[in-house]
Amino acid sequence: MGRLHAEEMILNMGPQHPSTHGVLRLKLTTDGEIVSKIEPVIGYLHRSFEKHAENLEYQMVTPFTGRCDYLAAMGSEHGYAMAVEKMLGIELPERVEYLRVIFAELQRIASHLVAVGTFGLDVGAITPFIYCFRERELILDLFEMASGGRLLYNYIWIGGLAHDIPPGFVEKAYEFLDAFDKRVDEYNQILTGNKIFVERAADIGVMTPEVAINYGVTGPSLRASGVNIDIRRTQPYSIYDRFDFDVPLGEGLQGTVGDSWDRYYVRVLEMRESAKIVRQALEQLPVEGDVQAAVPRRIKPPVGEIYFRSENPRGELGYYIVSDGKNIPARVKMRSPAFSNLSVINEIGQGWMISDVIAILGSLDIVLGEIDR
Amino acid sequence: MTEQEIYSGLRGKFGEKVLEFMEEGTLNPTAVIKADSVAEICLFLKNNESLQFDSLMNLAAHDPDGESELSVIYHLYSTNLNHYFTLKTHVSRENGVVESVANIYRTADWHEREAYDLFGIKFNDHPDLKRILLEEDWEGHPLKKDYVTAEFYRGMRIEKVK
Repeated sequence: MGRLHAEEMILNMGPQHPSTHGVLRLKLTTDGEIVSKIEPVIGYLHRSFEKHAENLEYQMVTPFTGRCDYLAAMGSEHGYAMAVEKMLGIELPERVEYLRVIFAELQRIASHLVAVGTFGLDVGAITPFIYCFRERELILDLFEMASGGRLLYNYIWIGGLAHDIPPGFVEKAYEFLDAFDKRVDEYNQILTGNKIFVERAADIGVMTPEVAINYGVTGPSLRASGVNIDIRRTQPYSIYDRFDFDVPLGEGLQGTVGDSWDRYYVRVLEMRESAKIVRQALEQLPVEGDVQAAVPRRIKPPVGEIYFRSENPRGELGYYIVSDGKNIPARVKMRSPAFSNLSVINEIGQGWMISDVIAILGSLDIVLGEIDR
Repeated sequence: MTEQEIYSGLRGKFGEKVLEFMEEGTLNPTAVIKADSVAEICLFLKNNESLQFDSLMNLAAHDPDGESELSVIYHLYSTNLNHYFTLKTHVSRENGVVESVANIYRTADWHEREAYDLFGIKFNDHPDLKRILLEEDWEGHPLKKDYVTAEFYRGMRIEKVK
């Protein structure tokens, strides 16, 4: 009998593959069912955001930022607005700051709901996904009330907001918050402790703190490895220093610290914390204040440059903006969190089975729109 | 530690390789360094006990006007000590080469590929320097200010912007 012949096989996962959350190609080198190398191929959604930004006035860039991370458009707009405001040295009315925090945190909940739901979907749990989207819908209703948009808002402007919130918004937001806490219990019941789900996620794709920091992984994926870094805490921007909230860290409750289950569970816990922040902000929200009072008529930052970072649902969102004194930015570079978060997959995905790679990818919660820009 | 102190330390250690300290015109105080010493300075910043810059938050390239030299900017952060520092280096427009830091900060791997893709800056010792966002056969580097859009790409007409 001749010898069994074994060789490595290259397998393309994507660009059209339901688990890739967009248009991503993973070039897997497989040895049987075991993956020995993962090479992500990106760029399919490249829409030249940075090139466009160099041809548009500062305020015209805002809607483009939302189209990068389309699951967290409020966060992207907020980060960009704060960076330009810092260059201009604008002081904002209190009401604007509070409303921005409310929207940014609601957006974080909505984004994490997608992350948690689709992660379940990736590993075969379809019901939780529907549950998550039910609550996300309520948040989108709130966004629609305020901005008219459900996915892309162009709501947070440089120096203020597009409009004030309509009457009835605050009541509806409270209504959502009152119901939401119990909903999180539901997710925990049907997904978090679900035996099949735990088997699929716990101990899979463990990321050590050293690897995470070295690859520039940020956000919940970094905190799941036990690293206590949340820009809202370490370098508070806007008015985040006024709120009382915890930064959940991965503890390895079902397996090892930094596994896929931890990355999932940190997001579940963060949703509760964000709800806490929204509640506090609603309670402290000043009644008076023109949200357009500080919106500059002409935006011409002085010659100079800035790197400004903020905590987006996926991690550190940084804007590197260079001004040469004109009303058009000389350079806008977006440091997108998912870009660096995806780059780690070869390191943590090696040696796992193909089905585990899908779980690991799902737990990293990537949005291709901001990776490719 | 303040940026000024970090700069003084670098200047004392690396001398002529550290060119100047920029505080005017930037909200992140920056040390301008030579392109061929980026790697050793980053390695020092990372391993020094009192600095511990273990995280490269961002690596950006910039073309000021389409004529002068390109710049590469490194935004560093220490997760332990919670402080920041920025490095900047200049390279020539054509065939500019910078020392790669991809083996010091793995974040730089993809960020340097992006800078190569969009600005044509080459990174010496990079493990796998190739285009990342655009196709391999794309001509030119679009974020350079003197970039001219080709008329056709694989037989498809490229629409002119403005």
